[in-house]
Amino acid sequence: MTDTTDLPVTPRGGVDPVPGEWRRVSPRYIWVDLVGSIISGLAATAAATIPFWVTQFVALLTIPAVVLIIALIVAAFTPRRVRAIGYRLRDDDLVVRRGIMFQRFAAVPYGRMQLVDINRGPLARALGLAELKLVTAAAASNITIPGLPMADAEQLRDRLVELAESRRAGL
Amino acid sequence: MTGSDVAAGASAVDLADGEWHRLHPATPLLRGGFAFVAIAGFVLANLRERILGLFLGGGPGDGAGGDPIELIVRRGLIPLALVVVLLVLIVIVVIFWLSWRVHSFRITDELVEVRSGILFRTNRRGRLDRIQGINISRPLFARLFGAARLDINVAGHDANVQLAYLSGRNAEALRRLILLRAAGDREAGGTAAPQVEHDGSLGGMVTQRAREFVAPELDPQLAPPESVVTMHAGRLLGSTVLHDRTIIFVLLVIAAAVLAAAAHLFVVLFGVVPALLGVGSQIVRRFSRSLRYSIAATPDGVRVGYGLLSTNNDTIPPGRIHSVEIRQPLLWRPADWWEVRINVASHSDRQEGGRRSSTILPVGSRAEVFKVLELVLPGIVGDGSRELVVAGLARAVAGDGYTGSPRRAAVLRWFSWRRNGFALEPEAVLLRRGAIWRSLIAVPTARMQSVSLRQGPLLRMLRLADVHVHTVAGPIRAVLDDLDAAVAAGFFRDVAVGAVAAARRESVAHVANRARWQGMSRSHD
Repeated sequence: MTDTTDLPVTPRGGVDPVPGEWRRVSPRYIWVDLVGSIISGLAATAAATIPFWVTQFVALLTIPAVVLIIALIVAAFTPRRVRAIGYRLRDDDLVVRRGIMFQRFAAVPYGRMQLVDINRGPLARALGLAELKLVTAAAASNITIPGLPMADAEQLRDRLVELAESRRAGL
Repeated sequence: MTGSDVAAGASAVDLADGEWHRLHPATPLLRGGFAFVAIAGFVLANLRERILGLFLGGGPGDGAGGDPIELIVRRGLIPLALVVVLLVLIVIVVIFWLSWRVHSFRITDELVEVRSGILFRTNRRGRLDRIQGINISRPLFARLFGAARLDINVAGHDANVQLAYLSGRNAEALRRLILLRAAGDREAGGTAAPQVEHDGSLGGMVTQRAREFVAPELDPQLAPPESVVTMHAGRLLGSTVLHDRTIIFVLLVIAAAVLAAAAHLFVVLFGVVPALLGVGSQIVRRFSRSLRYSIAATPDGVRVGYGLLSTNNDTIPPGRIHSVEIRQPLLWRPADWWEVRINVASHSDRQEGGRRSSTILPVGSRAEVFKVLELVLPGIVGDGSRELVVAGLARAVAGDGYTGSPRRAAVLRWFSWRRNGFALEPEAVLLRRGAIWRSLIAVPTARMQSVSLRQGPLLRMLRLADVHVHTVAGPIRAVLDDLDAAVAAGFFRDVAVGAVAAARRESVAHVANRARWQGMSRSHD
């Protein structure tokens, strides 16, 4: 039943279950993601200094140092991470991919979509971007497409709602 | 129509005529009225001197300084005291009566609606075609009044419509009627089953109550199905003793006792005792609930009955079960006992009231597991896939129909990498997991919400990947870890295609199905 002949498995063990062209998100989203990861990285670093403040052991300052380095690496990879976000409207379902190191692919049949949300954070709004969130009856689905230009997001939402309506199924 | 009709046993057809009706007259008392009376009594007992002083203008030390009852008698205030008591009683009764008056419900062809509240009015509406199941529960106090609570589960978080309380016979008939209407039968009700009548005498009422208390089902006419599984007390006891939870409980008790005795660490007891009480009560509850367990197919869906003192009885319409897990605690294996759990699309288990259990078979032999599976997954445990289910419960053998993990997955799954595998049928995805704690998960493809594939750096180094089949929230997580990367990619793709195909098949078959189902339920009338 499982046909694995035409599945490109990348040399280092990576997977691509649905080979082909992905629609990518706006490069401007890099800034949104970058600011977000810098803020959370700084917050994590600050929190990691608490053991030092409590005990006054200088050696414990290595914890925030390590956290800071990880945060910097995460921030440095932001452009690649944003370029790795992709989505594709297939005949009967929507496929979304995210991540380079931690990869996640998800497929939702159009008939399963319960509703489509558009969210806009303050920074994303300043850059004219929006995030599309698809809700199914399963909480685990967790499918979002961030960094879409506002017009695209609205167009995509209308298209998805239309597709969901034409393939409406029960729960 | 007045509420007294409800008490006198108006038939379910009248209750579902689209007009507003009131609930069982004992409702305010059952819904927290007892607590109210108890609190009022407590307050009075503690503050009676203060309250008397308020009325009589004297301080607590006034008079003999003794018992206020004595004070009343001595001052000749008995009439006044009686009037006060009477007033308080009247106020309570009026509040109860008002809350009963404003609490009403109606059932039309499309929806069920409940409105309640004196100061804060609430109004809740549920669409009948979105019903995920109906649960009748009868807590101990309610059973004494012959009342029952009807929980109508609508898909979504905290989306229950609760009819509490109805008279027991009505609840049973009403459930059937609502399920018929949910199936699209607009004329349902014309053939409602006859009511069990009792003569109005006190003796007749007592026998009626006694019969209701003993009978697992409220109305014999409406409950023809016999359980396909009978629960033997011995097996239930054995399975409870050998359950992982019990073993952990016993080990904890021993550890706590040893610590307390040997090291004189009595402090340990303070930490451990509450935890033990929690686990212990869980074990006892599982046992007492399961003693009167029954499961049967009815025209309206699968009916699961539970409970010894407070009874609970749940009907799940066909096609509302989103995933099924068959699992086995370690020590049950020599006896070949299994437990079956399900995920359904309603969250009534979060509510204290309608406690819907996700366990659909607390313990059963292999043959009983298959009987239950035939009820909950009809068409899936059919001809060819029966062997797949059998293989799913056994050790992994080459060529048993499951695609497993490669040998290199043994780095992460020391024992279970052989058993870890999946089988994809047109109607269902089967996930086989665990070597020590065996489990088999079946997700009907027509119920699947979405599918995802994950791979972190460690898995990439090992050329492995995880696949997660998303179903509605519940105790079951349909995840299969550590598959070969290429196999996982193929599985992901096939599941995505299979889900779309199943949904399409279902929507095509929906109309025909619906007609057939109605015909079936009519023939049972």
